[in-house]
Amino acid sequence: MMPPNPDRLRMPIENQLAEHRSYLLRYARLQLRNDAWAEDAVSETLLAALSKPQSFGNRSQLKTWLVGILKHKVIDLLRARAREVSFDEHDDSDGSDELDALLFRQDGHFATAPANWGNPEQDLSSQQFMQILEACTEKLPSAMARVFLMREWLEMPSEEICKELRLTSTNLYVQLHRARLRLRECLEINWFGHPESRS
Amino acid sequence: MFLRRKCREVAALLIAREDRPLRMGDRIALRLHLAACKTCPAFEKQVLTMRTALHQWRNYTES
Repeated sequence: MMPPNPDRLRMPIENQLAEHRSYLLRYARLQLRNDAWAEDAVSETLLAALSKPQSFGNRSQLKTWLVGILKHKVIDLLRARAREVSFDEHDDSDGSDELDALLFRQDGHFATAPANWGNPEQDLSSQQFMQILEACTEKLPSAMARVFLMREWLEMPSEEICKELRLTSTNLYVQLHRARLRLRECLEINWFGHPESRS
Repeated sequence: MFLRRKCREVAALLIAREDRPLRMGDRIALRLHLAACKTCPAFEKQVLTMRTALHQWRNYTES
């Protein structure tokens, strides 16, 4: 973790917050898949931070504090837009069944044995890996990505996601299953399948 | 006999386990299958690696 830059700490709070705007916007967009909503969530975050700067109190990094606020604002926005962020329960047009069919033979066994991903603990914390992981997440279809990131980034329990988006648990689990299969496939192709391309 | 479940079903359980608790019968079937199968343990390791990766990524976004 980078130590706080003393010059930055002397900057007015407005300037410090403005420096984090594009970073916050990136993650709001990744979760919400809607530029206007992402702008709203980030604006609400910065306004909340400006109205109560004393609650920051340098207990953590400014970015950590802001991301914490952003997550709450994103959840509020998802609640308010629940009807719009939900998806057609019968929409099977995302190609995930084809992915399943590629992975397994007709008899239910693996078409090819899953590759050994080694012991990648060291790799997983590298910035290069994080960029690949984010790119793979960005590739997920919007509705699927929203529920997947509600689970993995906002850390919401499955029951709460069902309640907020008025989804059946079966439908949620199908979407999460497909998202995880796609993520696995994407990481296999773009990271674990090409160890020689890493710096 | 421990391989009565197909690898496809076992893979689905390994993924489902990330989002919901499995029923007792499924947990036992999973453990028995993983002990006897040559291919599924590698898939389990991939799922666990993704779990670690997502945890690291969550921390990365906040630091």
